[in-house]
Amino acid sequence: MANFKEIMSRPERLTGGHRMCAGCGGTIAVRNVLKALKPEDKAVIANATGCLEVSTFMYPYTAWTDSYIHNAFENAGATLSGVEAAYNVMKRKGKIDDTFKFIAFGGDGGTYDIGFQSLSGAMERNHDLVYVCYDNGAYMNTGIQRSSATPMYADTTTTPAGKVSEGKTQNRKDLAEIIASHHIPYVAQTTFLGNFNDLHRKAEKAIYTKGAAYLNIMAPCPRGWRYPTENIMEMCKLGVETCYWPLFEVIDGKWVLNYKPKNKLPIEDFLKGQGRFKHLFKKGNEHYIEEIQKDVDKRWEQLLKFCEE
Amino acid sequence: MAIRERLSGNEAVAIAMRQINPDVMAAFPITPSTEIPQYFSTFVANGQVDTEFVPVESEHSAMSACVGSEAAGARTLTATSSCGLALMWEELYIAASCRLPIALACVNRALSGPININCDHSDSMGARDSGWIQIYSENNQEAYDNFVQAYRIAEHKDVRLPIMICQDGFITSHAVENINLLEDKEVKDFVGEYNPQEYLLNQEHSMAVGPYDIPAYYMEHKKQQATAMENAKQVILDVAAEFEKISGRKYGLFETYKLDDAECAIVIINSAAGTAKDAVDKLRAEGKKVGLLKIRVFRPFPAKEIAEALKNVKVLAVMDRCEGFSSQGGPLGAEVKSALYTAGSTAKVVDYIYGIGGRDVRVENIEEVYGALFDILATGNVGETYRYLSLRD
Repeated sequence: MANFKEIMSRPERLTGGHRMCAGCGGTIAVRNVLKALKPEDKAVIANATGCLEVSTFMYPYTAWTDSYIHNAFENAGATLSGVEAAYNVMKRKGKIDDTFKFIAFGGDGGTYDIGFQSLSGAMERNHDLVYVCYDNGAYMNTGIQRSSATPMYADTTTTPAGKVSEGKTQNRKDLAEIIASHHIPYVAQTTFLGNFNDLHRKAEKAIYTKGAAYLNIMAPCPRGWRYPTENIMEMCKLGVETCYWPLFEVIDGKWVLNYKPKNKLPIEDFLKGQGRFKHLFKKGNEHYIEEIQKDVDKRWEQLLKFCEE
Repeated sequence: MAIRERLSGNEAVAIAMRQINPDVMAAFPITPSTEIPQYFSTFVANGQVDTEFVPVESEHSAMSACVGSEAAGARTLTATSSCGLALMWEELYIAASCRLPIALACVNRALSGPININCDHSDSMGARDSGWIQIYSENNQEAYDNFVQAYRIAEHKDVRLPIMICQDGFITSHAVENINLLEDKEVKDFVGEYNPQEYLLNQEHSMAVGPYDIPAYYMEHKKQQATAMENAKQVILDVAAEFEKISGRKYGLFETYKLDDAECAIVIINSAAGTAKDAVDKLRAEGKKVGLLKIRVFRPFPAKEIAEALKNVKVLAVMDRCEGFSSQGGPLGAEVKSALYTAGSTAKVVDYIYGIGGRDVRVENIEEVYGALFDILATGNVGETYRYLSLRD
């Protein structure tokens, strides 16, 4: 793997001047995944409809230096399958000599929900591509509606906390595990930590592993989570230290845990800095936080078993 | 040298696809078009084509993958029917607006519900405003010939639009008829290599497809699409003229049958035109001045040419194998009436809904239609203009 200095000195493949919010986790995810591409390799990027698409490719301007295709909300997986099929045949026919890599970006709406079938198909067919979900836990582009990645009891605009409701009552889907069950060569979960070594390493492995790969990246949205923009690194760190967002890989079916906190922090530490959980901290609502803690613990124990820790 | 064969419509189209040897096919099975990707998969399995076959998990993904593949620079096709085409709905518009010359073999079948696997035109008629060129075929020969001509039209620099070649489910797709095929090399030379101007896998420079389009540009982009569709009319005729040179078979925007001096005529699409021609022959033998106009190209709609061809007709029935729920008839009726009105025609016109969901259409049913037209001619009384043919009591 390229060292940190080398990675950071690579040119930006998503250029500045786009219209994403300051402090947006999605943009950070994209820029850092693209840093893992070898500078001599070309790429075709597919993008599900969402903030990323409407803010980076507004006619007649594009922020993408690589070839890029936006098709619709629910079909980045299928669209990129078609691009990869075209590459295989054009390469075979001698129409292309360069190496192209194929990377899809979707938010959790376009990935966990409406794009789930298309993603599953692309993974099962084992196209040589990487699907990256920048998971911010709601449909942020349309105004913070719940998704199946939204954590339990989060206040969203379609699961508002009200007089008789405490936000989203359902649990969060575990997509990385579902994609791992497709028995593809590589699945990993990561977020933004320290010098981004974990993310860069996993992105490089995903891009340069032959066959389908899936990266699940927790990418906080300051608008949707309601925390001060500058706290994004703290948010990610707390997600990992509370074991809400564990770092792991599934390499050819083998589960590997990448980080085990010495002192697992209580889930309150992750929740309390976010406005979407504010209602849980009202007196009398302690049991909701206890319920979330139990769920985090249960999932963490299960992950330890998967990873034989 | 023509090759004489006996083939079903599905086999004929699959053979045209093999001869074209496209780069990518992405498809999902649905009756009655399933056989096309099945036959094609066999060609792939036996190394008869260089194509990447992508066995997607739905028709939505089929057209999504086609969009990706064609945008990447690969000649791409698919096949579908009925609900499969309906599931592609969103993608049909995107393929057209991205100006991607994808070819689609549409085997016409009724849309659900209720679920029905038999022939009618509700699937492709529902997609009539999606920006695809639509060409219809009376029989297996026409389905084959139209498919061989498809890419020359779609990929033309003045057009660059996706194209749908339609044939009737079961009636054409599964019935085996005699057919003349072209030699593989003749088709290869006729269709030529695909060399797109701009594409995702261009090594020289990158390209971005599918922008968020703001009100300042969206309308101009739609006008460009509309202009391309208008341009397609001449290109279709030019390609047909070239095709005639290698095949000896002549194609236009539509076919007229004994129409020149006809007093009563019908306008019809696809396989029922064959049945209707028999009825015309029978009535002509009785001395009745009847004729027929069979639509080949529905998008772009050749309105002026149709109005001109029908200018001497006094009473006309437009045959719609599709309900439109406008309470006035089907989509073909609306188009033909609009063409006639614009041309200042005073012909009396009725619209028949017929054959939907696979209801059998016989020679005597069409004779009944002509009979009704002669009643109108004799009495001057049009009566109900929105009729159902062969409806049970």
